[in-house]
Amino acid sequence: MNLFRKSPWIIHYDGASCNGCDIEVLACLTPRYDVERLGIINTGNPKHADILLITGYINEQSQPVVRTIYEQMPDPKVVVAVGICASSGGIFRDCYNTKGGVDSTIPVDIYVPGCAARPESIMDGVVQALDLLERKRKEKKTRRRAIAPTPTSEVPTP
Amino acid sequence: MSAWTRILAAILFVLLSPILAGLLAGLDRIISARMQSRIGPPLLQPIYDLLKLFQKERIAVNRSGHFFLLGYLLFTILAGIEFFIGGDLLIVIFALALASVFFVLGAFAAGSPYSHIGAERELIQIMASEPMLIMCAMGFYVATGSFQVTTIHAQPTPLIATLPGIFLGMIYILTIKLRKSPFDLSTSHHAHQEIVKGITTEFAGPYLAIIELAHGYETILLLGFLYLFFAPWPLLALAALIAVYFLEILADNTHARLYWQWVLRTSWAFTAIVGAGNLILLHYLQRGGTP
Repeated sequence: MNLFRKSPWIIHYDGASCNGCDIEVLACLTPRYDVERLGIINTGNPKHADILLITGYINEQSQPVVRTIYEQMPDPKVVVAVGICASSGGIFRDCYNTKGGVDSTIPVDIYVPGCAARPESIMDGVVQALDLLERKRKEKKTRRRAIAPTPTSEVPTP
Repeated sequence: MSAWTRILAAILFVLLSPILAGLLAGLDRIISARMQSRIGPPLLQPIYDLLKLFQKERIAVNRSGHFFLLGYLLFTILAGIEFFIGGDLLIVIFALALASVFFVLGAFAAGSPYSHIGAERELIQIMASEPMLIMCAMGFYVATGSFQVTTIHAQPTPLIATLPGIFLGMIYILTIKLRKSPFDLSTSHHAHQEIVKGITTEFAGPYLAIIELAHGYETILLLGFLYLFFAPWPLLALAALIAVYFLEILADNTHARLYWQWVLRTSWAFTAIVGAGNLILLHYLQRGGTP
């Protein structure tokens, strides 16, 4: 059974933005969209989360925070960049403090377009992330099995 | 109870409690969702969550923290076994208290400030709930002359008739023990995130699953306590347990969280009034009305 499909826990972080996408992310939790029916919980703790939802672009101040949150999440994990700012920097792209989208700092798996991203498309992005979670878990398992017979060999880093 | 039924009861408790507690938590989440006019997750959601957590990576902040967590799980199970084989109620309560202390130690083992605040609040919750638990055992003793669960269970008349105050007090602290609002101080269990996830902040994946598992065992054990009040009439007991659990969900969904001072003050005051009041009255009545 694909358990990650049934129980994805999310942590949401706003790099820096106009907060439009944040409101849409929170709208997903309301009775109108109710993502809890898919087993999704907004945990607020990176150590409990499977999916990192990031809205907004990355700047000098938010870069170390995003990196820390990503590193604190246990594998398997998936990063979803929500909105055009998180995808590429968006309207803030040419600002002096902008590093760019989320992929300037950590690897991003799913890009959700939109300004602001609609709740429907955010949910679609998360649902696409679910299959990826299960695939990552299996990949890790097979990689571990492949490494096991020769403990002295170097672990291939992706 | 013969030795074989005791062993059977212990095995059934260990095997069935997680499933029962999972279904109960699933029902809890569905009812909570309906109260907020949402659809809510599937009934088996807590079980999916638990199994998923066991598949996650093991991240160790501190090995000793995980050792303490195992203590938490082990002593909760031991307390439950002692209860369901009809053993001594005092041992049940002390094993349960020890389990909570192990949980607190586990959270203190990590360096995170959120974990520490959660652990301190958990200690406050233990302080708030423990007097009532002991009062409950005392009440059973005064009413039946025994601390043995088998003797208490075998009473011909339901104990709710003589211990209504103790029962009310137990409902009150059940809210603390089930980690429901307004007493959900230490875990920030239901979307209150001002201390991130409180006492569980530093435990990821399988270790969080252990906490959930121990909490499940604890829930079933505490419902067992409430069952004893209605032991001669199992159907009434079931109805009462359902009503009590529904009240807990209702309280959870209609109350904001309180300050810890308020939690401590009200739970001690309530314990003193309904718990001790009930004990004094019962003692007085048993002596034939002569002080």
